Amino acid sequence: MSDLRELYQQVILDHNKSPRNFRKLDSANRMAEGHNPLCGDEVTVYVELVDDVINEIAFQGHGCAISKASASMMTAGLKGKTIQEAEALFTEVRQMVTGEGDQPNADLLGRLTALSGVREFPNRVKCATLPWHTMRGALKGEKDVVFDE
Amino acid sequence: MKTQPFPIEQIRQDFPILRQSVHGRPLVYLDSAATSQKPRAVIDTLVRYYEEENANIHRGIHTLSELATADYEAARRKIAAFIHAPDPRNVIFVKGTTEAINLVATSYGRAFVGDGDEILISAMEHHSNIVPWQLLCEQVGAKLRVIPITDDGELVIEEYQRLLNPRTKMVALVHVSNVLGTVNPVKQMIEMAHAEGIPVLLDGAQAVPHVRVDVQDLDCDFYAFSGHKLFGPTGTGILFGKEKWLDSMPPYQGGGDMISTVTFEKTTYNALPYKFEAGTPNIAGNIGLGAAIDYVEGVGLEAAGAYEHDLLVCATEALQAIPGLRIIGNAKEKTGVISFVLDGIHAHDVGTILDTHGVAIRAGHHCAMPLMARYGLAATARASFAFYNTRDEIAVLVKAIDEAKEVFS
Repeated sequence: MSDLRELYQQVILDHNKSPRNFRKLDSANRMAEGHNPLCGDEVTVYVELVDDVINEIAFQGHGCAISKASASMMTAGLKGKTIQEAEALFTEVRQMVTGEGDQPNADLLGRLTALSGVREFPNRVKCATLPWHTMRGALKGEKDVVFDE
Repeated sequence: MKTQPFPIEQIRQDFPILRQSVHGRPLVYLDSAATSQKPRAVIDTLVRYYEEENANIHRGIHTLSELATADYEAARRKIAAFIHAPDPRNVIFVKGTTEAINLVATSYGRAFVGDGDEILISAMEHHSNIVPWQLLCEQVGAKLRVIPITDDGELVIEEYQRLLNPRTKMVALVHVSNVLGTVNPVKQMIEMAHAEGIPVLLDGAQAVPHVRVDVQDLDCDFYAFSGHKLFGPTGTGILFGKEKWLDSMPPYQGGGDMISTVTFEKTTYNALPYKFEAGTPNIAGNIGLGAAIDYVEGVGLEAAGAYEHDLLVCATEALQAIPGLRIIGNAKEKTGVISFVLDGIHAHDVGTILDTHGVAIRAGHHCAMPLMARYGLAATARASFAFYNTRDEIAVLVKAIDEAKEVFS
């Protein structure tokens, strides 16, 4: 049961209930739709990229609490970051939720450490990472990201 | 027999996996619509086959091959009797329901469906009874038409009648819905199709484990089902077909066992059912499916069905009493399948929280995305019952749902 409380931390539940930047971004010059064909989760990530800086980022879609909270916290965490910084943060998040690789960098992750409980639920990892893969797809200019790792 | 109480304790002893713990809690397996658990008799049959008679069938003249062939064909006869097929020749071994439907869509389609023709399915089909027909339609220029359903999850029969027309070359219909639990009025619908000279395929994956199926009484042209939902091994399944169709359809796959003679100029095909069984099949699995049918007949399909109906009524009442819970699928005729959504909690989160209570359910689109779209949903949670479940397990389910609500409160 403690694993469950660890997974559904208050921060996660809060972002699920009131997701930040949950809207269509009219000024976006990058956009990708991500979906997980196994579970049906769908997320659209909008990015307004100025040079190589994420000036604005928002998302829409439907999914479980983990994917929604992850998307919400991602948009909050990436605003003003460069593409390289976004990539570094993605790597940290992925390592944290899979439990693979180096010890996660808590300073870099900030509030995103709330997603660390996902590690104990391997079949929920893809819920947490779908928005991030979609964001990377948007930055690379891909339109459609199918993701079921 | 029918007046005796259902021997649930004894039955649970027959399923070794039901003694498992999950997250320190006794397993409550409510996902039998995805795959059923296997009784000891089936598991033992697989072990015995591999330990005592493993050999290829239909070709060896040695003792083991004869034993394996005899058991394999005995399983076919059991299955034929179980669904009341006129002859074992009508019973084709396949990997599962999906392959059975692909076989018909491909072989029947090649022979009988052309440009401008129509295939009629329903709004509550599993992807396995949608996509094979879509592939066929794309190849030959035919059109897929869809029988609509009501909000309660019942087919609109007047619309069905309207959709049947001289261009309709096949009605492919689910017998029991894997999401809604609806038992469709298939006998009446087959009569209606036959009145227009149209053959009917039934997807019986969710029906065969729960209701008595008599393919001659139904008068269906094809009937497809999976062994693994019928307490048998995975990778087993059956296609029943009427001889008039099977004889006039080209083979599905080419290879060993399905031929009579082969030269580089011309191959002649084997007799039914072997014409549709290319290559070495799942010998152990199909013999295991025979053992599963022996087991089900021992329990008694009618007694099991009555017991499961009692569980369905009990679970429906208990779940309906939970505030914020909505059941999707309220047909008058249902098997033990309950799909539901909870206000403010996604089905995957419900699934994860239930799992920590040892409760195994399915969460997602259940391979029926068009049906989900019909209800404006992306996912539901689904509890499905078999005759090894109990009322106590329903109480655990309800308690776990309460916990999910508490986590998200």
